[in-house]
Amino acid sequence: MKKTIITVVGNDTVGIIAKVCTYLAENQVNILDISQTIVQGYFNMMMIADTAKCEKDGGTLAGELENLGKEIGVVIHCQHEDIFNMMHRV
Amino acid sequence: MINIFEVNETNKMIEQENLDVRTITMGISLLDCIDPDLDALNQKIYEKITTKARNLVATGDEIAKEYGIPVVNKRISVTPIALVGGAACKKTEDFVTIAKTLDKCAKEVGVNFIGGYSALVSKGMTPAEELLIRSIPQAMAETERVCSSVNVGSTKTGINMDAVKLMGEIVLATAEATREQDSLGCAKLVVFCNAPDDNPFMAGAFHGVTEADCIINVGVSGPGVVKKALEQVRGEDFGTLCEMIKRTAFKVTRVGQLVAREASRRLDVPFGIVDLSLAPTPAIGDSVAEILEEIGLERAGAPGTTAALALLNDQVKKGGVMAAAAVGGLSGAFIPVSEDQGMIDAVNEGALTLEKLEAMTCVCSVGLDMIAVPGDTKATTLAGIIADESAIGMVNQKTTAVRLIPVIGKGVGETVEFGGLLGYAPIMPVNSFSCDAFVQRGGRIPAPIHSFKN
Repeated sequence: MKKTIITVVGNDTVGIIAKVCTYLAENQVNILDISQTIVQGYFNMMMIADTAKCEKDGGTLAGELENLGKEIGVVIHCQHEDIFNMMHRV
Repeated sequence: MINIFEVNETNKMIEQENLDVRTITMGISLLDCIDPDLDALNQKIYEKITTKARNLVATGDEIAKEYGIPVVNKRISVTPIALVGGAACKKTEDFVTIAKTLDKCAKEVGVNFIGGYSALVSKGMTPAEELLIRSIPQAMAETERVCSSVNVGSTKTGINMDAVKLMGEIVLATAEATREQDSLGCAKLVVFCNAPDDNPFMAGAFHGVTEADCIINVGVSGPGVVKKALEQVRGEDFGTLCEMIKRTAFKVTRVGQLVAREASRRLDVPFGIVDLSLAPTPAIGDSVAEILEEIGLERAGAPGTTAALALLNDQVKKGGVMAAAAVGGLSGAFIPVSEDQGMIDAVNEGALTLEKLEAMTCVCSVGLDMIAVPGDTKATTLAGIIADESAIGMVNQKTTAVRLIPVIGKGVGETVEFGGLLGYAPIMPVNSFSCDAFVQRGGRIPAPIHSFKN
């Protein structure tokens, strides 16, 4: 398993989750967990996903998701989970 | 499992508070390139650096993308060139050819600085070391990315005052040689006492002879993150303040450790150290001076500044040490004037003077850094300042450095613009009383009594 954290922040609109999930499905990325909250009026979603079966490398995935975010009008980050584990877990 | 609030906290640090990895620096030993033939030496240096560092920049960029953390600089440090070029170089111009080779390597592999045009002369100078030092002005003028450093003293050896005197002259000559660019050459030249072998930060980085053939050192940053965190504890006591700095420094350093580990693995080069530094940039919200203000000072330089900086430096180390597998380099808060908007403001408003900065260097990780002084400052006065700073380092068993820029043709009240990470600086007044007779004595200042520990 290769865990990746995908975050989506921006104004709420119809179909954000659908579009992100479609892209992930097309790329063999398995979603393990989704949580969502509203922070200061903004739509804020985090997915934990497994990219082990995805053929694209982490950098490419991050770049494509960033571009997808621009199309939808939200900011999407796709980061290796280790950056969060290192910072928040001793 | 990681939760959404932790993810948001990290990403807020990166996006809004300028958290970044300041540098991945590859240290490369050039000892195996030594050759009595100058052309052969240059060829071997070129081949070794361009082979070892071939993938450095691409790997740094890859890690940045995958983890979503900016890796601002990719750099190289090499064995002090005075040691490498000693057998081949018979005149200063010979050493300059090596500087040009280093510059060519830097451009070839795409790093923005390469450090190690250096000499370690804390006790005495060999002819080759003196030759290298005398070649610095020309080398800095004729190269773009090469950084130079000279270690003139240490706690164990005392201060080599002949070298200090010479460096006063060399700093001025470097300023003169690069006068067309506002004496920019001096921004790439550092004079050290107790220089560390594994420092990843420029301009003082070199790959010490105690190091392995090739290593990866990483310097972290994050003054903006500390400043933001401290906003939450306004008015609280020192215990709470220190705890907050420690916790924040821990988080920032963990990112550095992660990047260092990954870079080391992907490049198949052993990991050296993480340098736990608060390194400011001229960007708004990326300032050490602003942290001092948040601690409770109207401006950096106000009474209390030295104490505030001392506690900041200490807490950064305490938080960072546990976060990294191995620490080294300079590790602490940097207080460069031109690279820190809060420092520039403090100087412009008259809150911060050269003398107060000198006091601050007793308790922070470096020394008088990126300070512009009038171009007509005498060489002996520069040497006197270098001697003072070296004495602070020698007696306190810490690294101190001097990176002064006497801006030729400019005086107090004027500003000098270096651009990019080097920023801009107001020209600060220097005490005009003479120290000629002191500097002219020559010889060494002996090591302090507390250095005899065997």
